[in-house]
Amino acid sequence: MATIRIQAEPFDAAAETAALAAGRGDVGATVAFTGFCRDEGGRLSALELEHYPGMAEAEIARIAAAAEVRWPLLGLTVIHRFGLIRPGEPIVLVLAASAHRQAAFEAAEFMMDYLKTSAPFWKREHLRDGTTGSWVEAKGSDDAATGRWA
Amino acid sequence: MKLVYFAWVRERIGRADENVDLPEGLVTVADLVRWLKTRGEEYEYAFENEAVVRAAIDHEHVKPEAPIAGAREIAFFPPMTGG
Repeated sequence: MATIRIQAEPFDAAAETAALAAGRGDVGATVAFTGFCRDEGGRLSALELEHYPGMAEAEIARIAAAAEVRWPLLGLTVIHRFGLIRPGEPIVLVLAASAHRQAAFEAAEFMMDYLKTSAPFWKREHLRDGTTGSWVEAKGSDDAATGRWA
Repeated sequence: MKLVYFAWVRERIGRADENVDLPEGLVTVADLVRWLKTRGEEYEYAFENEAVVRAAIDHEHVKPEAPIAGAREIAFFPPMTGG
């Protein structure tokens, strides 16, 4: 059963990783992916993340359940933030634990690929000059990355 | 039925959600979109490229041909850009 949190607050990736392996002897590998907000060469002051409350949790739970069927995971944590996020701040954490590294690496990649293309979040740019920029467009390369798991 | 909108779909329509009484004869999500586009230019603008706008019924992604009977909440939104 995955741990899924949708929150405005920042998270502590190291503390989450430690929590996943604490007090158990069967975890041989954890893979932690953290996605950060970039400033796009100094152009952005922030990214604003809108989400669909209720569906965001439900969709991530469906993706996590698919990962748990596919790989022998001993733990899976997903934290996705919403609201205004500044460059250098974390946006998303995927943490996969398994007995061996391959399952943990692959499951983390699978989670991120599907998070990008099917979790209901939308990014909008806030520019350094104080104006609100455009909605970020979905990338075909993200769809291609997701397609490789089919 | 409750309709909810996100990101630029929400902005183009000018509201985040609404309750609508659907006319007889709407069977699929695509039928609903066609009907919404008759309700004003803000809807025409939001759905000007129907293939781009995604839909969900009761928090699950659906295709345009999905039936809407029994749905509590239908959402329309652009392709997702989270992660």
